[in-house]
Amino acid sequence: MIAYIIRRILYAIPILIGVNVLTFVLFFVVNTPDDMARMHLGMKHVTPEAVEKWKEERGYNKPLLINSEAEGTSVIRDTIFYEKSIGLFTFKFGRSDEGRDIAHDISQRMWPSLAIALPVFLVGLLTNITLSMLLAFFRATYIDIAGVITGVVLMSVSSLFYIISGQYLISKLWHLVPISGFDMGPNAVKFLILPVIIGVIGGIGSGTRWYRTIFLEEINKDYVRTARAKGLSELRVLFRHVLKNAMIPILTGVVVVIPLLFMGSLITESFFGIPGLGSYTIDAIQKQDFSIVRAMVFLGTVLYIMGLILTDISYTLVDPRIRLE
Amino acid sequence: MHNNKSDGDMLPYQCPELNQLKCRNEVNSKPHGQRWFILVLLLFFAGCDGQSWNNPYPAQERFENTLYSSFSERPNHLDPARSYASNEIEFTGQIYEPPLQYHYLKRPYELIPLTATRMPKPVYIGKNGKRLPANAPVNKIAYTLYDIKIQKGIRFQPHPAFAKNAEGEFLYHQLDEQQLIKIYKLSDFQETDSRELTAADYVYQIKRLAHPKLHSPIFGLMSAYIADLKPYAGKLKKAADKMEGHYLDLNKHNFAGAKVINKYTYRIKIKGKYPQMIYWLTMPFFAPVPWEADRFYSQPGLEEKNITLDWYPVGTGPYMLTVNNPNLQMVLEKNPNFHGEVYPSEGMPGDQESGLLVDAGKSLPFIDKVVYTLEKENIPYWNKFLQGYYDVSGISSDSFDQAVNIGAGGEAELTDEMKEKGIQLKTGLATSMYYFGFNMLDPVVGGKNKSARKLRHAISIALDYEEFISIFLNGRGIAAQGPTAPGIFGYRSGKEGMNPVVYKWVNGKAKRRDIAEAKKLLADAGYPGGVSKKTGKPLLLHYDTTGSGPDSKARFDWMRKQFKKINIQLVVRNTTYNRFQEKMLKGTSQMFMWGWNADYPDPENFLFLLYGPNKKAGLNGENAVNYANKKFDKLFIKMKDMANGPKRQKVIDSMVDIVRKDAPWIWGFNPKSFSLSHKWYGNSKPNFIANNTLKYKKIDPVLRYQKRQAWNKPILWPIILLVLAMIVVIIPAVLIFIRKEHTSGRVGEANKA
Repeated sequence: MIAYIIRRILYAIPILIGVNVLTFVLFFVVNTPDDMARMHLGMKHVTPEAVEKWKEERGYNKPLLINSEAEGTSVIRDTIFYEKSIGLFTFKFGRSDEGRDIAHDISQRMWPSLAIALPVFLVGLLTNITLSMLLAFFRATYIDIAGVITGVVLMSVSSLFYIISGQYLISKLWHLVPISGFDMGPNAVKFLILPVIIGVIGGIGSGTRWYRTIFLEEINKDYVRTARAKGLSELRVLFRHVLKNAMIPILTGVVVVIPLLFMGSLITESFFGIPGLGSYTIDAIQKQDFSIVRAMVFLGTVLYIMGLILTDISYTLVDPRIRLE
Repeated sequence: MHNNKSDGDMLPYQCPELNQLKCRNEVNSKPHGQRWFILVLLLFFAGCDGQSWNNPYPAQERFENTLYSSFSERPNHLDPARSYASNEIEFTGQIYEPPLQYHYLKRPYELIPLTATRMPKPVYIGKNGKRLPANAPVNKIAYTLYDIKIQKGIRFQPHPAFAKNAEGEFLYHQLDEQQLIKIYKLSDFQETDSRELTAADYVYQIKRLAHPKLHSPIFGLMSAYIADLKPYAGKLKKAADKMEGHYLDLNKHNFAGAKVINKYTYRIKIKGKYPQMIYWLTMPFFAPVPWEADRFYSQPGLEEKNITLDWYPVGTGPYMLTVNNPNLQMVLEKNPNFHGEVYPSEGMPGDQESGLLVDAGKSLPFIDKVVYTLEKENIPYWNKFLQGYYDVSGISSDSFDQAVNIGAGGEAELTDEMKEKGIQLKTGLATSMYYFGFNMLDPVVGGKNKSARKLRHAISIALDYEEFISIFLNGRGIAAQGPTAPGIFGYRSGKEGMNPVVYKWVNGKAKRRDIAEAKKLLADAGYPGGVSKKTGKPLLLHYDTTGSGPDSKARFDWMRKQFKKINIQLVVRNTTYNRFQEKMLKGTSQMFMWGWNADYPDPENFLFLLYGPNKKAGLNGENAVNYANKKFDKLFIKMKDMANGPKRQKVIDSMVDIVRKDAPWIWGFNPKSFSLSHKWYGNSKPNFIANNTLKYKKIDPVLRYQKRQAWNKPILWPIILLVLAMIVVIIPAVLIFIRKEHTSGRVGEANKA
């Protein structure tokens, strides 16, 4: 298995390079270094000298991808792309274009993101699996039909609607929790209730439908019929056999997102004033801070790849027949 | 009223008991199960601390003399040499103290000393180095000197940069790795100290404007006026390139543009005459920075932890920044070393009646602490204001109808809902201007020829800005009549301020000229019926803009409709702000809309937007329409050095006449600011120029607490209903489950058999 993991890590390198190139190209197609300088220097009284100076200090006065005036390896090395990218592969994110240390910012902002994402993930998973097993249990009854219809309706509603109506009902109308905000430590609980409730409800539709399909597929298999034929109660059939065997497809969707929980949610963080990594990325895009954008995209890619590897490893844990070679 | 300590001490002591009693009584009167349910809920949500469940602030703060406000975008810079944006000066304005400030209540805006002992008087020096009289002609003046004497005994806020050991050595100027391990934020430094403000601190800051690493946004502008600033920047650059450490000691580099005369007096040397310099002395760019702070923050270990002067300011002002987490919250607290200042005892007529002089002569600041919370979205921000969790609020267009009714005469009035809450509305015309520009370099709409001018006049009449203000600004603005804004010297209102190119004076008010006149002008311009006489093709014009979303689409449709009125086809070229700026810099756009906020209350700050040598295309100035008129430019040079008075007014009138005729802008609108505040918020008077007004504001925390409690009583029936609904759903499901289990069991048994 170790050889397999090493191989997967090596496969990740070209992916990371590709993502990095793509981010770089997309960013600089939209923004030139001059645009970035003007954005950072402000709106009034910005002189061309100040723009040049800003670029020089941050290394944006160099050619983008190829330095045709340089010789040898400097053709590649003496470029914005090389200088801004090479540190990423050793997880040295450097400083933002505003001059702040990105690693420090990430280490500060990942915890609020996680504070929202983790409970939403865990409570959501539990809720979705429970509800979908209920639907599977009551399959082909009115409860099942009603559940499926409700699921489709919930899926069709925009997440923004859940947020706005949740804030309106729970906080504005009923005054039960703060409408937005965040705090660290135990005080964070009152701020997390609303986004977590909304996050869980927002995911019920798709989650329940997806897991229901998985359970129904398993329920019709021979081993379930055998279990029933042996006289096992439906509850035991569902929880001891169906759930266990449905773990592989469940893990496919679940484990891969675990590392990404750190990255936060763009909309939720913005509406609830959560100082997480989602809003960090959005702010960086708006402020044309390439250093943060590339760092966050890189980090997201690494975490996603990590999630995929973890998914593969988790298969071996839930299904002894699977061996990673 | 603002010594809330006694109230604050008494009420929190009484209240928990009352609340506990209330809780106990409520609990005892409920059935056993319901009691537990409510108890759990209470513990879960609020810990039974007697405050509303939706209160986002800690319970212990409820009676504190704290103002709660918000910010939507984190400030980029808090270094006074760099901060310029309004969301940055909102903080630096309270922390740093430049030598001068604006009178809080008087209008037109009046300059008064802040840390200076008196208003500095310019001294003019001739080319021979001799002093000239105050009325010397501008061309004879080689330099202007401003000698600024500051008050004695002013001290900086407590800060670790000043902390010294018993031997008198700075404790934290040579930080090693061991010391840095425990440091994550400024408050992690155990020791702080202060020292007296001296003239040298002001000179040091002026030098910082030329610092090669700071990129002060006003360096370019100031190097044209402050003597030696540009060469000094070159010297510093060379020194920085050779430098081995991280600290560029500005004290080692002499600067001719500003020098210390004695401990409390410094001199600024200006090239020629620049009367507007005095206004710059109200901005944080000219506030003092102690060299110790610069030295302290330049240590690499601190920079890596984002502990910089750009993040943690050091000032002498009424407030100091104690929490700087701009991703969540920023907190200003009273500076214990503040030198003291009193509330003004003079104002404008009506100020006395509106209670703005009640606190005359009282010590400032009134508020102990200001908590700014990051609030990016309008919906939570507005609702928190209505719940009493923000003390003041602007009004977004989404919530305008909920807050304000506009009467038939255009007067703004609060809605009943707002009145019931005791909310107050303050309005005022901002010293800003939004204009529709014609690129004067464009071959169709630009240029000085008659045809192009008539075309611009026709469009000026067709573009109905009264309608624009009504539809898109909810009436919050007035159609502008010229290039200056209300509240600025030279601005005229009424008939004499009307733009005759676009309006006629009818029944005591300005009436937009008929569209038929616009059509005639268009025909005279060579486009009868919107068709070019020369080519026979319909006239097609391009409007460059930025914007996305439904609001922008509505604006674009409106704009097309205005041009359609005179049969001109308008192509909206919507692009990103970067591309838009690029077009402006290259002078390749045709028509666009832009705005300007006054830096200071002088007409020069508006009229320079049309000064020829200040063109944007090629010269990178602020004259975005690239307008050039020799007569106007000549008058501008004359006007900018004049003192306010009838002579200056006459020159301004002539300049305004010229640009109205040339019409490089459609004069767009001057926005009206609407601000809401709760009943417990006092001493609020809109001031669009001063940036240090927080010290004058006051709040009544006890009234706020009462209102918050009354407005935010938790409503529990939805939770009870939800639980009942769940029971209603779960019980039949459980019954079905049992029946099914029973059935499957029997089947199982049958199978076994």
